[in-house]
Amino acid sequence: MSDPIHDFTAVVPHWRPRVTPIKLEDATPDQLDALKVTPSNTKVSEYVLVLARDSETLRERTPLFNAIMYNRGGLSRAERELGAVGASIVNRCVYCAAVHASRYNQLAKDVSVIERIFADGESAELSPRQTAIFSFAVKLSKSPPEVSKDDMAALTAAGLGPDEVLDLVLSAALFGWANRLMHTLGDPIEIAEQA
Amino acid sequence: MTDIFETAAVKASGIQMDGPLADALSGRSDILTMTQQAHDAALKPDEPGGLSHKMRAALSCRIARLSQEEPLAAHFATLMDSASGPTEIGQIADPAFDGGSDAWLRAILRHTDLVTTDTKAVVAGDIPALTDAGVSEDDIVRLSEVVAFLSYQIRLTIGLRLIGDAS
Repeated sequence: MSDPIHDFTAVVPHWRPRVTPIKLEDATPDQLDALKVTPSNTKVSEYVLVLARDSETLRERTPLFNAIMYNRGGLSRAERELGAVGASIVNRCVYCAAVHASRYNQLAKDVSVIERIFADGESAELSPRQTAIFSFAVKLSKSPPEVSKDDMAALTAAGLGPDEVLDLVLSAALFGWANRLMHTLGDPIEIAEQA
Repeated sequence: MTDIFETAAVKASGIQMDGPLADALSGRSDILTMTQQAHDAALKPDEPGGLSHKMRAALSCRIARLSQEEPLAAHFATLMDSASGPTEIGQIADPAFDGGSDAWLRAILRHTDLVTTDTKAVVAGDIPALTDAGVSEDDIVRLSEVVAFLSYQIRLTIGLRLIGDAS
């Protein structure tokens, strides 16, 4: 059995569950509905098969997740990913950080921001707008949250409107949720070790 | 569609219906409505398993208090008081209560507090610690969703309040 990865990476690892995933063939009608399994879509990740043990929450979570990260308008998709990365750094969710760092890199067509964040963590030096966004996400993700009026003022000064700040709050907060599932219910491992 | 000003996150944030934030919120009314549906699925599911509705509300109140988010803690305290079940469950809402002599409850509260306050410190052994104390795998996932959803709800509420105060 391979060892879990502890260092941040933009290469998406494999996720190995600590709780037994349900077997698709044993799934109840409620679970199948929450899993969105259809005859043309039968590929379901082990992560989602673990979450299917609570199908009522899973059913609500999937459309909410997609709306927060991909709905039109407001904050750019790349900057929402930066919010997700900020949360994942604080909670040290290596898997979530990898997925959303790689999405950020694709959307922004720039790997230097994530490289600096992975090298320097919460104190990474970025452009003023990126710093305001990343720092807000980091502080909101602390427990208890540490965001203040000054952090809000920094976002406004960086040119973010209320609609963009709302999207940043949503994406960083959402990863307070996602990190607490991914990081606690499984381990990120090298994909090459996957049979 | 739910009135977004009736959702727990927007109510606890204290923001006003006529504020400049209202436009931004109405643009995301679908998300605020889905947030409330997720709240109901985590707090009042049809199949609560080993975690009763009263216990979920008490855990949520505890998590909000650990996060120093008193308006949401008050919301969950009200939910807890209105749910049926033994009054002792109310002890769970006090972060100083560790579960006493009940090993199952002690394991659940230890995990709740750890995941809430120091997620990065969770290690592989924390899951067997729950199963060893008699927490089923279904209930581990249910508990994880309650803690994880609350962490989202708390941060959304705090963020809304900050935007409201600035506008």
